[in-house]
Amino acid sequence: MDNPTFQMIQTITQNRINDLFARKSQGLLNVYFTAGFPEIGATASILRSLEKAGVDLVEIGMPYSDPVADGETIQQSNMKALEDGMSLRLLFEQLAGCRDEVTVPILLMGYINPVLQFGVEAFCRKCKEVGVDGVILPDLPLDLYLDEYEPIFREYGLLNIFLITPQTTEARIRLIDEQTEGFIYMVSSASITGSQSGVSDEMLAYFNRIQAMNLRNPRLIGFGIKDSETYQMACQYANGAIIGSAFIRHLQNGPATEERIQEFVSAIR
Amino acid sequence: MQVALDQTLSPFGVNDKGFYGRFGGAFIPEMLYPNVEELRRNYLTIINDPAFQQEYRDLLTDYVGRPTPLFLASRLSEQLNATIYLKREDLCHTGAHKVNNTVGQILIAKRLGKKRIVAETGAGQHGVATATVCALMGLECVVYMGAIDIERQKPNVDRMKMLGATVVAATSGSQTLKDATNEAMRHWINNPVDTHYIIGSVVGPHPYPDMVARFQSVISEEVKKQLFAKTGSENPDYVVACVGGGSNAAGAFFHYLDEPSVKLVAAEAAGMGISSGHSAATTALGKPGVLHGSRTILMQTEDGQVTEPYSISAGLDYPGIGPLHAHLYDSGRGIFKSITDEDAVKSAFELTRLEGIIPALESAHALAALKELPLTDKDVVVVCLSGRGDKDLATYSKYL
Repeated sequence: MDNPTFQMIQTITQNRINDLFARKSQGLLNVYFTAGFPEIGATASILRSLEKAGVDLVEIGMPYSDPVADGETIQQSNMKALEDGMSLRLLFEQLAGCRDEVTVPILLMGYINPVLQFGVEAFCRKCKEVGVDGVILPDLPLDLYLDEYEPIFREYGLLNIFLITPQTTEARIRLIDEQTEGFIYMVSSASITGSQSGVSDEMLAYFNRIQAMNLRNPRLIGFGIKDSETYQMACQYANGAIIGSAFIRHLQNGPATEERIQEFVSAIR
Repeated sequence: MQVALDQTLSPFGVNDKGFYGRFGGAFIPEMLYPNVEELRRNYLTIINDPAFQQEYRDLLTDYVGRPTPLFLASRLSEQLNATIYLKREDLCHTGAHKVNNTVGQILIAKRLGKKRIVAETGAGQHGVATATVCALMGLECVVYMGAIDIERQKPNVDRMKMLGATVVAATSGSQTLKDATNEAMRHWINNPVDTHYIIGSVVGPHPYPDMVARFQSVISEEVKKQLFAKTGSENPDYVVACVGGGSNAAGAFFHYLDEPSVKLVAAEAAGMGISSGHSAATTALGKPGVLHGSRTILMQTEDGQVTEPYSISAGLDYPGIGPLHAHLYDSGRGIFKSITDEDAVKSAFELTRLEGIIPALESAHALAALKELPLTDKDVVVVCLSGRGDKDLATYSKYL
């Protein structure tokens, strides 16, 4: 389905994500947490705490009943948030007004079905309204996005971030690089979130191969980044790293206070 | 297998992007893209290869026991005042139509050089059919099954283990079929190179719905020949089948999709009743959305969270339907009926007493749908009897 006939996107959207990478190109830290976890009302305060702790981007998970690309840790946090009554509608309410205090780029990560039910255009409009800069929707593949939704996302200045894996072909990586902006999400290995242990030679070969492609977009490495060591390693091969499951585990093990979040981020950096 | 139906020309065939009308596609994370793409690029070439066809056909004949009979159910016909034929998929090896698909897919997996098979199962019928062909071909087999289903379907769990499969409990979410499917997909994500995922129904990302429908299409291919031999016409007035994901229905409808005179009837599980809150009647209760890699109709909350379905029949206990069926519903080509647990059990007992055939609970829904049709003595009806009822004896025994 690699389709080279799409026009290359030339314009660079005015967007906090693009601004960030224009300013800073090394050692970026993107932290993921699930909206409404561990407490349904915690979303905005965790977002603020992450910014205060010096995180460069924040990725907020939109809970879903069937998160197929995620491992057990994130799935459990999704289930807990849903049981407590979390929804996309509520998330937008919680994020309303957050831009008065928070300047860090915000991404929403989740699955396509809740977005479809909300309405794609209504979703994009809400994102713009509350100050969301980008989305990651792993089960919305590039060709379907370009065929059906790209103009809507563009109209609202929302960047759609795509994933690549060690199995993604060079042609497809080039296509993603040409058709999208913001950054490319490099999945560290063939895996679901939270399942990795250690760095293999295979992984390093993949990192080197992608680095040598001289892509126009910056890259962040995610999946299996869980501590200072894996973060430092990722930063050698990309512009930064994404931490998800390890942070969710941290939130499972104690209160989501500013101090504990600071503690987590400091330990990574 | 006959793949003469040129699906690109049929309004009910899949298009080159994997859509049936507005349903279908491949809504999959990038981690699955290479696996699914490998399959998409190769499945038609492999299926159309004469050597593949020879091997597949021989196995259907000598191993599965095909063709399965088309049986004139005289006493049932008399009771319903129409001519009712039963397509006896219950006589397939392993007890249901599921094996038509697993035989085909294991041959594809071998040609793709895969060493391991992963599958999901609800009631265990697809798991058993998969474990069976893995034993036959000497491939490693991992079957994901909801922890709750493992509890309630012990005989099938033991059959899979005896066949050498590893049965893994899906403990996430609601611990039933949809979660087993999620876990099987995750397993495939984590093992992308050496593993083939055998999906058991006409669901999942393209090309699965089309591939599974092609393997099951042997059902209607045989019906056409058998009905012609018996009645002088290959077309009945109705073809009736149950729909969970919808693989036996897809197979029974396949060669009739472009015959408008043949009415296609799909029986969904209403469980305790459509408005009871305990139902699996997807078209009655669902809305368009994305489930397990395809755009289809699924039961979901207003926020787009997938709802846990309920049916007395584990094989129909699925919150979605295959995209082909969503398209048949949407276009009006398919007639969808919701059948309650109670009506299904009643029909199972009627068939047993009238014809000496104990049907699977799933197939009993198709039988119950006959009573919802305006049948006359001129009507010829083919019911796909998708499976046998041995596995359901624990349920039936409560009604004895």
